[in-house]
Amino acid sequence: MATHAGTHDDHDAKPGFAQRWLFATNHKDIGTMYLVFSLIMFFIGGSMAMIIRAELFEPGLQLVQPYFFNEMTTMHALIMIFGAVMPAFVGLANWMVPLMVGAPDMALPRMNNWSFWILPFAFVLLLSTLFMPGGAPAAGWVMYPPLVLQGGDSIAFMIFAIHLMGISSIMGAINIIATILNLRAPGMDLLKMPLFVWTWLITAFLLIAVMPVLAGAVTMLLTDKFFGTSFFNAAGGGDPLLYQHIFWFFGHPEVYIMILPAFGIISEIIPTFSRKPLFGYKPMVYATASIAFLSFTVWAHHMFTVGLPLGGLLFFMYATMLISVPTGVKVFNWVTTMWKGSLTFETPMLFAVAFVILFTIGGFSGVMLALVPADFQYHNTYFVVAHFHYVLVSGAVFGIMAGTYYWIPKWTGHMYSERWGKIHFWNSVIAVNVLFFPQHFLGLAGMPRRIPDYNVAFADWNMVSSIGGFWFGLSQLIFVGNIIYTVYFARQKASARVWEGARGLEWTVPSPAPHHTFEVPPVILPGMLAHDDVSH
Amino acid sequence: MSWTARIGAALALAAGSAAAAGATAAVGHPVPWQLNMTEGASPLSHQVYDLHMYAFWVCVGIGIVVFGAMIVAMMRFRKSRGAVAETWTHNTRLEVIWTVVPVLILIALALPATRILINESNTGDAGLTVKVTGFQWKWRYDYVDYQGRPVSRVGFISKLAFNSDEARQLDSGINPRSLKSKTGYDDYLLNVNHALVVPTHTKIRFVITADDVIHGWWVPALGWQADAVPGLIHDMWGEIDTPGTYRGQCAQLCGQDHAYMPIVIKAVSPAAFQGWLAAQESRARLDTIARTVQVTPVPAPAPQG
Ligand SMILES: [Cu+2]
Ligand SMILES: [Cu+2]
Repeated sequence: MATHAGTHDDHDAKPGFAQRWLFATNHKDIGTMYLVFSLIMFFIGGSMAMIIRAELFEPGLQLVQPYFFNEMTTMHALIMIFGAVMPAFVGLANWMVPLMVGAPDMALPRMNNWSFWILPFAFVLLLSTLFMPGGAPAAGWVMYPPLVLQGGDSIAFMIFAIHLMGISSIMGAINIIATILNLRAPGMDLLKMPLFVWTWLITAFLLIAVMPVLAGAVTMLLTDKFFGTSFFNAAGGGDPLLYQHIFWFFGHPEVYIMILPAFGIISEIIPTFSRKPLFGYKPMVYATASIAFLSFTVWAHHMFTVGLPLGGLLFFMYATMLISVPTGVKVFNWVTTMWKGSLTFETPMLFAVAFVILFTIGGFSGVMLALVPADFQYHNTYFVVAHFHYVLVSGAVFGIMAGTYYWIPKWTGHMYSERWGKIHFWNSVIAVNVLFFPQHFLGLAGMPRRIPDYNVAFADWNMVSSIGGFWFGLSQLIFVGNIIYTVYFARQKASARVWEGARGLEWTVPSPAPHHTFEVPPVILPGMLAHDDVSH
Repeated sequence: MSWTARIGAALALAAGSAAAAGATAAVGHPVPWQLNMTEGASPLSHQVYDLHMYAFWVCVGIGIVVFGAMIVAMMRFRKSRGAVAETWTHNTRLEVIWTVVPVLILIALALPATRILINESNTGDAGLTVKVTGFQWKWRYDYVDYQGRPVSRVGFISKLAFNSDEARQLDSGINPRSLKSKTGYDDYLLNVNHALVVPTHTKIRFVITADDVIHGWWVPALGWQADAVPGLIHDMWGEIDTPGTYRGQCAQLCGQDHAYMPIVIKAVSPAAFQGWLAAQESRARLDTIARTVQVTPVPAPAPQG
């Protein structure tokens, strides 16, 4: 995505590589770096998933020792969550939020540089633990004590890496909030902003609220491990469950941090390819806000089996079920947006439609998981694994891919290959179901998660799931190929609007978007915005 | 059945009713190609199974409506078929409907869930109390009381059976499918050296804790799992209606051998259990006497359970 070097006409001299990227303050350059970083992490985390699925291909241990298997599940999750999904959304926000609100750049460009460049160091630290004596952290990404404290000194590296990621996320969030609240073009009222901007605004507040909580939790782990405290040590008067409460107070909002921006992307794409305005703009905004608010009241649904009192179980069950109401509102509004539209199915729309269907399936299993007595059977099984991969892979990741196909013509000035985009889509959408749907069956049949080996009764569905896994992994090479093609080789020029049904400020600048846009605030004309008639 | 026939059968089941098809009443272990949760062997597990199926069908219903609408939209409103987009953007009545109707559906789900949960949390009036302690990577069972009478020093460690432990090693060269129980069941990784023996038709209170890290004690046939947390006591109950062998696993990641600490419950008739328990108690008594005589002439210290 480095082709903008050629479009730098408003600079006197072309900056050197370090000047351009190391000292980058341009939101588009930083956005590009975030996206490339995220793609690299997606493949590193993905190769760990391939190791996991390869070991689970058959009963018996064939490839790795159980401890290494645990390192893989732990690192796979940490890398995918903090390295792939979150930076991808920040990258998309960097690119698109200023373009969408008519701002010349992010509000705090130097901090923007810093929040990106922290990340490679954080992940070098985290990945270096794989080569340390005693191995990488292996207690799951949730890092529950006392188990995590049995690990070697590598947990100190993991904790420091998490602190760095947290600092990076908080700075990114501050930047996004400052940009949205201060740099909107005149006439871009809050309730005229594109949904992607809205969802990111709300996500940024979630980040600022919960990343410090995670930092606190892991710092207490650090002092328990190295400085003799007993926050979580029952023998010293502490409570192992205290950690879980703190962790999930972060952890549940975190799952919305990973899905709300995807909601935003889908809410941009579906109207464009339906050639019809988003249905229920205001309810969509309010639904997003209520999801965010409720997300602070449901953390203990991750702890239903720890032995909570009856009253606590009931409260967290009801609160969790309630979240499905605003989430349902979003799904219904997407479907109604498509109703009586004029639909075409380019790759972004295909991914968006798959998102709505598969995310909803993940939502169904989510409602089932919210029922405490049923959760007593589902908890810690592959049913849960299937649930959150439906939400995160065919949800968040499909959202990111949809957004990439949707906006890459704007970024590069070229159309991606529609043919290969569709091939990528169909392989991904079929493979992801072959991969994750059978995991529902495995969980219901009684297979716990995070095990490297299993009874032979689980063999068949595991083999199916592994085949789906390899298929899905290989399919993503098509995605990379298509991106490289679009950036370096594609001939077909993209128009400023790119898509027939696209509306909003971002489509009023040329493709590729010049290095500097909206240096003078745009004059918003009637009909220019996607949501300028929401008041009646 | 041939391999392809089995896939075909599985797909047919999945398509027909993923529901009842895979359900395995009172089979105490997972079966190949199993699709659904076990109905289990305890009043609680039956209730949980019914709740699970109820929630499943509710989701199927909502899915048919939502996905149906999407499919119709994708068929009918294609630009290539000359569809022209409408311009309407909102409808307050619709928004109210699809906020209120889901709330009603959720209430309909929450009511039975609440009822079952209240039943689940009632661990009083148990005929047998068993203390379960998780260790890396084995379980310890101690019988606390039976029919209101304290049990004297009956407890043992239960860990992965030797043949499974041998076969599970990396590149052991032993085919997991070659392991069979006496009844011909493929018990790889789901067999132990000492099963937990319990009576049928008796309400059993399990008090669950752990010694080192958090484990999860889970026998699907009982209808629940319970985390075993060091420093905390977690109590749950079960009542098994059919004699048989019920298998489960540690559900909470507890270190490198997390996959290798199965749980096996052997449910026998109350009479048989009574005999078994008496034999265990007298053996424990003989043990104590023997040790006391050998080690020291003065009375031994109080046994440490
Ligand atoms: Cu949650
Ligand atoms: Cu365990």
